[in-house]
Amino acid sequence: MRLSSLFPATRGRRGLSPITRRRLNVFRHNRRALASLWIFGMLFILSLAAELISNDKPLVMQYQGDWYVPVVVDYPETTFGGFLPTTTDYHDPFVRSQIEAHGWAIWPPVPFDYQTLDRDVGGPVPSPPGPRHWLGTDDQGRDVFARVIYGFRLSVAFALALTAGSLVIGVSIGALQGYYGGKIDLIGQRLIEIWSGLPVLFLLIILASLVEPNIWWLLGIMLLFTWLGLVDIVRAEFLRARNLEYVRAARAMGLPSRLIMWRHVLPNAMVATLTFIPFLFTGAITTLTALDFLGFGLPPGSPSLGELVAQGKNNLQAPWLGITAFVTLSVMLSLLVFIGEGLRDAFDPRIRMPTSMPQPTTRSPERSP
Amino acid sequence: MTPATIFELRDFAIRFGDFQAVTALDLHVDRGETVAVVGESGSGKSVSVLGALNLLPPGSEISGVRRFAQRDLGALPRGEWNALRGGRIGFVFQEPMTSLNPLHTVGKQLKETLRLHQGLRGGEATRRSRELLERVRLPRVDDMLTARPHQLSGGQRQRVMIAMAIANAPELLIADEPTTALDVTVQREILTLLDELRREQGMGVILISHDLNLVQCHADRVVVMKSGAVVETAATATLFASPQRAYSRELIAAVPEGHPPAIAGDAPVLLETQALSVNFARAKPLLGRRPPPFVALEPLSFSLRQGETLGVVGESGSGKSTLAFALLRLLTANGRITFDGERLDTLQGRALRQRRHQFQIVFQDPYGSLSPRMPVADIVSEGLRFHQPDLTPERIEAQVSEVLAEVGLPANCGDRYPHEFSGGQRQRIAIARALILRPRMLVLDEPTSALDRTVQKQLIQLLRDLQTRHGISYLFISHDLAVVRAMSHRVMVLKNGKLVECGDIEAVFQAPQSSHTRELIQAAYV
Repeated sequence: MRLSSLFPATRGRRGLSPITRRRLNVFRHNRRALASLWIFGMLFILSLAAELISNDKPLVMQYQGDWYVPVVVDYPETTFGGFLPTTTDYHDPFVRSQIEAHGWAIWPPVPFDYQTLDRDVGGPVPSPPGPRHWLGTDDQGRDVFARVIYGFRLSVAFALALTAGSLVIGVSIGALQGYYGGKIDLIGQRLIEIWSGLPVLFLLIILASLVEPNIWWLLGIMLLFTWLGLVDIVRAEFLRARNLEYVRAARAMGLPSRLIMWRHVLPNAMVATLTFIPFLFTGAITTLTALDFLGFGLPPGSPSLGELVAQGKNNLQAPWLGITAFVTLSVMLSLLVFIGEGLRDAFDPRIRMPTSMPQPTTRSPERSP
Repeated sequence: MTPATIFELRDFAIRFGDFQAVTALDLHVDRGETVAVVGESGSGKSVSVLGALNLLPPGSEISGVRRFAQRDLGALPRGEWNALRGGRIGFVFQEPMTSLNPLHTVGKQLKETLRLHQGLRGGEATRRSRELLERVRLPRVDDMLTARPHQLSGGQRQRVMIAMAIANAPELLIADEPTTALDVTVQREILTLLDELRREQGMGVILISHDLNLVQCHADRVVVMKSGAVVETAATATLFASPQRAYSRELIAAVPEGHPPAIAGDAPVLLETQALSVNFARAKPLLGRRPPPFVALEPLSFSLRQGETLGVVGESGSGKSTLAFALLRLLTANGRITFDGERLDTLQGRALRQRRHQFQIVFQDPYGSLSPRMPVADIVSEGLRFHQPDLTPERIEAQVSEVLAEVGLPANCGDRYPHEFSGGQRQRIAIARALILRPRMLVLDEPTSALDRTVQKQLIQLLRDLQTRHGISYLFISHDLAVVRAMSHRVMVLKNGKLVECGDIEAVFQAPQSSHTRELIQAAYV
């Protein structure tokens, strides 16, 4: 329990610690990072609602006076006058005409799912961008825009899970090594050196030939390796901080090690760690894309940006595939790098925020010598 | 400006944005004269000299007249500054480790100065470097030339810095707290050396210092500064004999004095050690045997009674702090420690942690010993919350307010963060943190060394009051003999981990038995 609750009257006014406030201030003044964070956040929120933007089922419909919500509930085709008790294919001409005759349907802006094969493209696939397919179709007649939205969501979710997992493992192991030092540190470091010598990509490729890789397999295997990068940072911070006088004072006070680590040392290490996160994030996205590009990643049919890159390479006559993949990836990664840069500067104690300067660049002259 | 005047500032002012750092400063230095600039931290003494020589970061506005050897520094073209600084004006800074480049040998750094300012090269430069190192009386000059800074002691590094500063026979030497980081005996040697060099070369010296003792012995004139303005300028003898301004009087009077409260005659022994020693294992070379361990503290037996203060004195590296950490079981040690009739050295884990509230420590550095991320109330109450988990938040809050009042801090400062406090206030917070656990023994590891004299005096008074009120025993570690004398009943003098002398404080001060103690007392100008 923090004692902060004991001083409610003043607490509300101050709230954040001055260090946090200064960091927020620096970050806010970095317009590029702030804008990147906004854009990336909006894109991710939008992509979370991908089913409402791009789907091969109507959002809401009325048929013979009854309400249906196909986007949430699967209805058998018999509901709409079909013969088979299978899930309705709303693109089927018969179903369409039935719905038009007996009711109405509201479709999402893009009436295709990431795996909908559009049989009525009216030309050879991949078909170029047009009013029916905003970014064209790939070589199986699937809508590229739909695949980009779902692919973006999958990449970001994958990267989030991977980063969170690496953070937990990396920080715990680095903390133990750094805080206790000595033999634990020595043995830990040697093991990590051996472990980091394993080639991740080959391991994944070998795995792909043994099991049917799905997103959990990929996540698990990559999680085995991505935490390694964090250990060094956290360990170094703990090694440094365990000799700080306030940590010694806490030991002299009789606090147990876990409390000292959690309350006194970890906040120090988190600064270095937080600045590392955006780069961990971009690394995760890039690796997933690379694996998909090589064909060792997500199972076939999954919405994946790497697979789109591969399609672009195989269909040079259809430049919209390659260009879309390139723009999506480069925008996504650039935004993340800008956010990371802003975070790094915000945590840099050498950067001071002068009140008179409205917008310093990342290399502000106020860095003290 | 007479021809004898080498450096002059008139109506000099510096401001950083909205903050006026220095106002209306008048200062002049004659050839062959030492002018001391004294003041507490933040009084603008270093800033004014650095500013006068354009050594401040951009963003500072400088105004007023500044002259060096009849030349107006304000109108000096950029190119001529480099010839001036390091050539005709030499510098010695406080921290000799960071002022020397750790990657280059001493010889290389000396020769670089000689090459830049005098165009000396090769054999000629080496010869001159040797001469300079001999001049500052460094031993084994040839080894010194090839040594890197980390291989030298603090005093030796400062001598190298002085050699570099006088390499080009400067007319003005600026010594910014040149001995603050050094032991008292070394301090004296360095200042004597500076005096000699000044006489021989007829240079003017600006000695920036917060230590009035030192200034009294080594300066001709003294400028007292406070909050960026001059309080008083006078010849040294005049100033110390009859200070004109209240602030100067306060500074001069701020010498630790008085005596600790008397101990009850039947006070029981609280802490006792028998043959307490600390060894550090040395790294084993790849081939061959492990070298014998480094002995940080040789077997030491002493006792501390309830309500008594035992002073521990010694130069850096004498094992003072090692002793403190060994006593608190923060370091592996050999020997027997008995605390309140119980063996402390055999306790482990939980049993040890639960007894820790009885013996607490206050560290030297008031900036490093408080977590910058926690508000003061959290810092102070942390130990209490751990040791007495059944206390209600209201009780904890009451105890925190009580202990903050006891150390003389405003009761409403609980939700502020350490960086909002001055050094002396932070040290009070550190004391409050220890005091709230109601310790029976408090180890004070140089608690006043990083503080200004006036603050030091207040803190000593506070510690003595607390001792009277609670009967706490202190182990008071310091290199400052005046402070130790004002605080302790008995004193131990350590040197290289060995006990040199131990006895009642006045007996030791009036009739020191060992030559080392005598040297220390002499050097401290007590």
